Amino acid sequence: MTTTTGIAAVTGAVGSAHTRVEGRDKVTGAARYAAEIPFAELAHGWLVLSTVARGRIRSVDDAPVLAMPGVLTVLHHRNAPRVETDYVGMLGRPNPVLGIFQHDRVPFVGWPVALVVAETSEQAREAAEALVVRYDEEPHDVAFFAGHPGAYTPQNNPMVQAETEKGDLEAQLGASAVVVDEEYTTPEEHHNPMEPHAATARWDGGRLDVVDSNQGSTWVASELAKLFSLDPASVRVRSEHVGGGFGSKGLSPHQVAAVMATTVLHRPVRVVLTRRQMFYLVGFRSPTAQRIRLGADADGRLRAFDHQAQSLTSTVHEFVETSAVLGRVMYDADAHHTLHRLVRLDVPTPAWMRAPGEAPGSFALESALDELAEKCGMDPIALRARNEPETGPVSGLPFSSRNVLACFEEGARRFGWADRDPRPGLRREGRWLLGTGTAAATYPSGVGPSTAAVTAEADGTFTVRINAADIGTGARTAMTLVAADALEVDPDRIRVRIADSDFGPAMFAGGSMGTRSWAWAVTIAADELRERLALGGAIPPEGITARSNTAEAIDALAKKERHSFGAQFSEVAVDVTTGEVRVRRLLGIYAAGTIVNPLTARSQFIGGMTWGLSMALHEEAIRDQASGGLVGADLAGYHFAAHADVPLIEADWVDDPVPDDPVGIKGIGEIGVVGVAAAIANAVWHATGVRHRNLPIRPDRVLRAAEGARRA
Amino acid sequence: MREFGYERVFDVSGAVALLGADPDARFLGGGTNLVDLMKAGVERPARLIDVRELPLDGVEFTRDGGLRIGATVTNSDLAAHPEVRRHYPALAQAVLAGASGQLRNMATVGGNLLQRTRCGYFTDLSKPCNKRAPGSGCPALTGEHHNHAILGASEHCVATHPSDMAVALAAFDAVISYETADGPGELPIADFYLPVGDTPHIETALPPGALITGVTLPPAPVAAHSRYRKVRERASYAFAIGSIAAALDVQDDVIREVRLAFGAVASRPWRARAAERVLTGGPASAEAFAAAADAELAGAEPLAENGYKVTLIRNLVVAVLTELTEEADR
Repeated sequence: MTTTTGIAAVTGAVGSAHTRVEGRDKVTGAARYAAEIPFAELAHGWLVLSTVARGRIRSVDDAPVLAMPGVLTVLHHRNAPRVETDYVGMLGRPNPVLGIFQHDRVPFVGWPVALVVAETSEQAREAAEALVVRYDEEPHDVAFFAGHPGAYTPQNNPMVQAETEKGDLEAQLGASAVVVDEEYTTPEEHHNPMEPHAATARWDGGRLDVVDSNQGSTWVASELAKLFSLDPASVRVRSEHVGGGFGSKGLSPHQVAAVMATTVLHRPVRVVLTRRQMFYLVGFRSPTAQRIRLGADADGRLRAFDHQAQSLTSTVHEFVETSAVLGRVMYDADAHHTLHRLVRLDVPTPAWMRAPGEAPGSFALESALDELAEKCGMDPIALRARNEPETGPVSGLPFSSRNVLACFEEGARRFGWADRDPRPGLRREGRWLLGTGTAAATYPSGVGPSTAAVTAEADGTFTVRINAADIGTGARTAMTLVAADALEVDPDRIRVRIADSDFGPAMFAGGSMGTRSWAWAVTIAADELRERLALGGAIPPEGITARSNTAEAIDALAKKERHSFGAQFSEVAVDVTTGEVRVRRLLGIYAAGTIVNPLTARSQFIGGMTWGLSMALHEEAIRDQASGGLVGADLAGYHFAAHADVPLIEADWVDDPVPDDPVGIKGIGEIGVVGVAAAIANAVWHATGVRHRNLPIRPDRVLRAAEGARRA
Repeated sequence: MREFGYERVFDVSGAVALLGADPDARFLGGGTNLVDLMKAGVERPARLIDVRELPLDGVEFTRDGGLRIGATVTNSDLAAHPEVRRHYPALAQAVLAGASGQLRNMATVGGNLLQRTRCGYFTDLSKPCNKRAPGSGCPALTGEHHNHAILGASEHCVATHPSDMAVALAAFDAVISYETADGPGELPIADFYLPVGDTPHIETALPPGALITGVTLPPAPVAAHSRYRKVRERASYAFAIGSIAAALDVQDDVIREVRLAFGAVASRPWRARAAERVLTGGPASAEAFAAAADAELAGAEPLAENGYKVTLIRNLVVAVLTELTEEADR
């Protein structure tokens, strides 16, 4: 079933499994990560975060700390270099948390209030922990709940249209034979990659040089240039190896702090975040409270569709968890309404966490679809087939390709869905009740302008330069395969250099857009180089280089609904006397365009599905109402799936050609997560007869639900 | 980081003498809890006295047929020991239910007994905690407490004891031996952990400066037919939200002897003596098991968010005793 390639496949590198080109370096420890790269005269910065949720800094008692061994400086709002935060960057206005040490206001627990810099990391930490900061505290509100009186509809948010509406919803609900009207919640969730955030900054011959761990060095460099009012050409950001990102590794205060400190001290300064600091400074997924109303005819055809999603943001910046966007792609109805609402609380600003919007949104929507199937007495897959739209339900645009039903068909065949008895609560194996569930998945297939350079070297090899980021996805390897096919040479002759802003602007690794964006730029440059080489002649010592910029080609792309699709299947076992839920099987089938490297793609899908499992059963940050901070903000307190929770997971894909797209790649970074939590929740219902509409499906919730069901 | 001294000791008297001379010193076993707490700033010892090389790593029979387990026996070695597995299977199961393979390879029996609670307020210096900073308050009472105590807690602290091993030891009436500068002593496990009261920071009855040297399990034929069951929020590598160590001797449909202890419900492993009294001499039936659990749990005082533990423990009592009964019938 594996797709072959959409681009010139003379060598057939794209579509063939290839181990990571830097794999040996990584497993032998030769690959060095941001915090490991040595610098002469390196100083170490340690951030001090606020312990109050709202108020003003009264004083920072830096004198005693400056006298401690090795301490070089303490930066805070009274002495730190000024930065410019009134600008519009790649993703809109900057998060004000990047404007550290500019004023005395504290808008949440974890706001950076000082940076202690010392000769060693240990000295910096000890001094940072000794630093006394006094606050004038003000009352705070960190309580998120459905219908919070402060809820509002965001206006003119650059990231999302808050509301879409067509038809008369109430009339169609009234005319529906079957109605589902339920509320669903998902908790605050955190992305904590294994490698903590780390940045080293120094001035080098009049240029700012930052060695970082990020998802896009173009992005980080351009924001640092704006923050420090520098010529963009005088900022260089590199990020050669990245130990995971998941949306958390963009701009964070530690990079700004490192640049401030190197500017003051005239020596390289490194700032590394601790695990606990990451829980406050690198973003998180907002909790959501969602209400879904579906009205259908007895045969399952949707008449009314309403998805309203409330999430939170900070008091300083507006971020929308776009949970209600799925319905704009997945399901049409005579009356169709989607709405995002926000509550401003005294908490850090949420951010993009893998499958932002679609992850929590699909839990609610794909659970509701299952509830509708139950009420209609229909198979959940048949219900989805009945409501398969011809064009975008809100946009009316055609789909570039849409093979979600092919995913369900292939998935159902491999999972053994046809033998399923739809009735809940019937299957028992010892103390375990067994059930199966399914859900649809989708994620946008976006693309961003990128530049690339491909050089034919005099020794017969090729060098590709593109400011891509490999955050564990295998991007370096994927670009090797793409270039090999475009150049019509063996991958072994290609060396790919990435993650250096001096290579020119390129898309970041995010929104499932990296591989598609970079492959496009690499293909165009390589095509041109191949044509120039075909003219013959000797290659000069400096090589022959062809360059590309995809900005115009992307602008010229026909407007269509461009998305990946998928079908998720799960089997679970539930002990309702202890509340334990064990996932026994997961299967995901995807329609995601050209799959560049089946080996790493499968890993990425499986990783995403494991995220979905973890979201379904484990992940939940607990916000302490009294302090406004988190309880158990570390990897002992914040549970995610352990190996023992992760069962046999299979991921595969169906053919999904995208005829009008020059690359044919759709992007697979997030879709593996989407729908998994619903597939698991639906399976828990099938096992027990009890719906779980609040994540995670913790043992205490299963126990309480079983108690409730017994009393009812 | 704060600097601290480190010394390795090779004999018990030397260890005790060193600690006695330095009130800010701590014994270091496997370090799987202490070192974490040092990183978090909860523990700030001036000196670590590494006791891993003490000659306390044996497991041997006592003269009366019990087992004496040295304090530096690793959790892995304890769980793998054939005599432990044969005579006290719930103990081996409890140890294996805890932590991870790597941690069990490091963790010692003595250290396991002295683990500190994993309450999220205790391990976070930015928050109040009566156990860490006496008198500062207990935010768990009205804050996050869905995995806190339902039995024997107080208004000053509702934290639970994290050990799985200690739950099995409580069921088997273990006796803890220690050494002080004034000589050896011992404490039955029932007296080893102190009630919370208004001194949650004082967790055990060990005299100041004492070094745990070993644990003795009295002979208990009933223990050979025992089981440990742990429920947690993921399949591995998490502390219990409820656990049970149970041993059962049924003859002619009458319970001759039963041992029951619960984990994750109190500041200490909770020996369920009321339940044992209800069961002893009576029938081995699901109804009797449930009634016994109810008798024990009658004293439960759940908080707003942890009442499910009453149901969970009740269900575990019924399930595990039923399993043991059915196995005895075979």
